Amino acid sequence: MAKHTRIAYVEDVPGVLNRVTSLVRRRNFNIDSLTVGRTEQPGVSRLTFVLEASEHAARLVEANLYKLVNVLRVDDLTHKPALTRELGLVKVKVTPETRAQVLQLVEVFRARVVDVDEATLVIEVTGTPEKIGKFDLVLRPYGVVELVRTGAVAMARGHEPLSSNPPLVRAEVAAEMPSETADLAMSV
Amino acid sequence: MKLTGAEIIWECLVREGVDVVFGYPGGAILPTYDALTKYPQIHHVLVRHEQGATHMADGYARASGKVGVAIATSGPGATNMVTGIATAMMDSSPIVCLTGQVGSRAIGTDAFQETDVTGVTLPITKHNYLVTKPGDIARAICEAFYIAASGRPGPVLIDITKDAQQMAAEFDWAAAAPRLPGYRPSYQAPATEFARAAELINVARRPLILAGQGILKSGATAEVLQLAATAGIPITTTLLGIGVIPASSEFNLGMMGMHGEAWVNQAIQQADLLIALGMRFDDRVTGNLKTYALNAKKIHVDIDPTEMNKNVPVDVALVGDLRGVLAQLLPQVRPAEHREWWATINAERGDAAVRDVQALPDSGHLYAAHVINDLWRATKAHDTVVVTDVGQHQMWEAQYYRHEQPRSLITSGGLGTMGFALPAAIGAKFACPDKEVWVVVGDGGFQMTSCELATIAQEKIKINVAIINNAFLGMVRQWQEFFYEKRYAATPLTGPDFVKLAEAYGLKGVRVTARAEVTGTVEDARAHGGTVVIDFRVEQEDTVFPMVPAGADLADMIRRPKRDVLAETGADREWQMPPAELAARPAAVKPARRKTARPPAALARL
Ligand SMILES: Cc1ncc(C[n+]2csc(CCOP(=O)(O)OP(=O)(O)O)c2C)c(N)n1
Repeated sequence: MAKHTRIAYVEDVPGVLNRVTSLVRRRNFNIDSLTVGRTEQPGVSRLTFVLEASEHAARLVEANLYKLVNVLRVDDLTHKPALTRELGLVKVKVTPETRAQVLQLVEVFRARVVDVDEATLVIEVTGTPEKIGKFDLVLRPYGVVELVRTGAVAMARGHEPLSSNPPLVRAEVAAEMPSETADLAMSV
Repeated sequence: MKLTGAEIIWECLVREGVDVVFGYPGGAILPTYDALTKYPQIHHVLVRHEQGATHMADGYARASGKVGVAIATSGPGATNMVTGIATAMMDSSPIVCLTGQVGSRAIGTDAFQETDVTGVTLPITKHNYLVTKPGDIARAICEAFYIAASGRPGPVLIDITKDAQQMAAEFDWAAAAPRLPGYRPSYQAPATEFARAAELINVARRPLILAGQGILKSGATAEVLQLAATAGIPITTTLLGIGVIPASSEFNLGMMGMHGEAWVNQAIQQADLLIALGMRFDDRVTGNLKTYALNAKKIHVDIDPTEMNKNVPVDVALVGDLRGVLAQLLPQVRPAEHREWWATINAERGDAAVRDVQALPDSGHLYAAHVINDLWRATKAHDTVVVTDVGQHQMWEAQYYRHEQPRSLITSGGLGTMGFALPAAIGAKFACPDKEVWVVVGDGGFQMTSCELATIAQEKIKINVAIINNAFLGMVRQWQEFFYEKRYAATPLTGPDFVKLAEAYGLKGVRVTARAEVTGTVEDARAHGGTVVIDFRVEQEDTVFPMVPAGADLADMIRRPKRDVLAETGADREWQMPPAELAARPAAVKPARRKTARPPAALARL
């Protein structure tokens, strides 16, 4: 199991997100995070998927995405030089004694304090999903009241042309078949 | 030209070449029905249940290769279509469903007969549309027909609000051409893959072709037979692949899978190369995946990339239209004969051939296998389409009716939808009015959609219906017999007097209880001008052999008991022990009910 990042470009039409999530649910794919937003092209939205899956399963997700009529293209960023970013907002408890320590952590993580009151700070942090996870971890001892993460967005570095064919046009023997398939419950 | 949305719908259907639609009216689709009166070139078949409309459209599509059309109103009309849509989806059948929807401003208010139909059908359609403006109708219909029929075919639904049907818009067919930048009906596999596939074929010593429905969709029968002939490769078909390769072809071994031929399943397990053509390794053909064809390399050719490596990991995947792929592959395939391999298969086949039930003496029992085999003999010289339902009779039909032509068997494979046969046969008859259409259906499945007899009567069409009446939900009873110690919970089943039922609809009904009457009755039915319903009272507790229990290894087949009346002719192989858990069955338990004082089942049982 590893993390896989896929970018799907979809037509910005009603119900398209529903189609994507319905596919994920129906095929029982495990999604770590899914974000959606506009792109440089009008009428085209961009979805970033992070999957915790085997190579085999990730390819099936990708091939199935291609099958949706409103999906224009899918890019696999897993093995390409890519930038992955996420934004998090953390509301953390502070006391006069801990405030300085927390502010120091904010400094170290290059985060920003965006709201202050007598008992809490709201901190905005951006970076890789791992960094945000780390930040959450170090703040935990002070008392995290609320945490929200946007999910990852990603972009390839450089200007290499991106593929526009599903992965299985060239087959690879899937080394690991998901064992569940073999035990499918069967009925009349 | 300014037209109402309703008129635009019919204009589009006319331009798509539609001459028959299957539907049922209601409030939200009434404007469209009202406009129908202006389009006499389109024949509307009034069904008795919207599920029937979808199966008819499906049967029409499978018999003709064209897109079938079904129409229903909003809410309950549309939800009644769900089973038929899912059936078409599983078997890649191109149909377009048009449903009325409440007015666009009422959407989301739980208005009378409002259902989120695009939501409900999202996972069971290839694509669907919600259209709220008359100006969007034409393009939606144009795209729907294109999507339904191209690539891997499937059902497309268009939900059209009532106001969109009522309001007027400019109708411009040319401007309605599909704009589908993300839709890729097919792909071209890289040349390197062809070389690898050819190499695997050329070095194989025990190759086997697995032939599926994709061959029919692609029209690649000739190419598949050429591959088989060139490289001496035996062919086995899936259920939906029946007829794609003529049963009489020397290369055709018969059907694979759960109720496939024993020697076929053995061949799959022994093969060193499987060439899967337009089939999808369904669990009904693979059995236990962990032990499936472990000795074989696999080449998979399919138009749908999501089928690759889905159930079975393959060595070479050739994604694309089968006919084109094979045309490109064939020049690289070297001639071969594989005599040893054929000898191995023929040795297995020799003592297990079930085919010639005709030669067996009439023991006084009426077996479904006899009925179907006699039906085949009586109809094989004529252009016949058989439409089967789901259950034991479906498997016996697959075993005992020998199909020579593509599209001569229509059956619900993937979804296994009981109630499919009668309405699908109506659709098939509209697609092929000159062909003889036979329904082979169980007494259970027939009762699910028998209301469509009224459609037959109203349309004055001729179909022949063979009810294989065993007074049980036979296939489920068989599972109970094998796996639930003969506890026949909820499988004994009564029905109406089918002869009288046919007569009540103004059709002819006949009952057959003896083997000697079968052929004559079939001939009479063929000669009769109208639809005939034949109630074949067959053996109640007959069993479909061989059988691979669900999830078992393909080689672990439950074989026909040795002294079975339908025994394989000649020296039958020894009764093979079923897996251990099956062997521990208690003594026979009387079924809850026996209708007539017929002689007890003469089947030798454990
Ligand atoms: C709509 C639907 N409901 C339930 C089933 C489960 N099922 C599969 S075969 C079968 C029995 C069919 O009985 P019958 O129509 O009498 O045919 P037979 O098996 O006796 O030939 C049932 C209930 C199904 N396939 N479809």
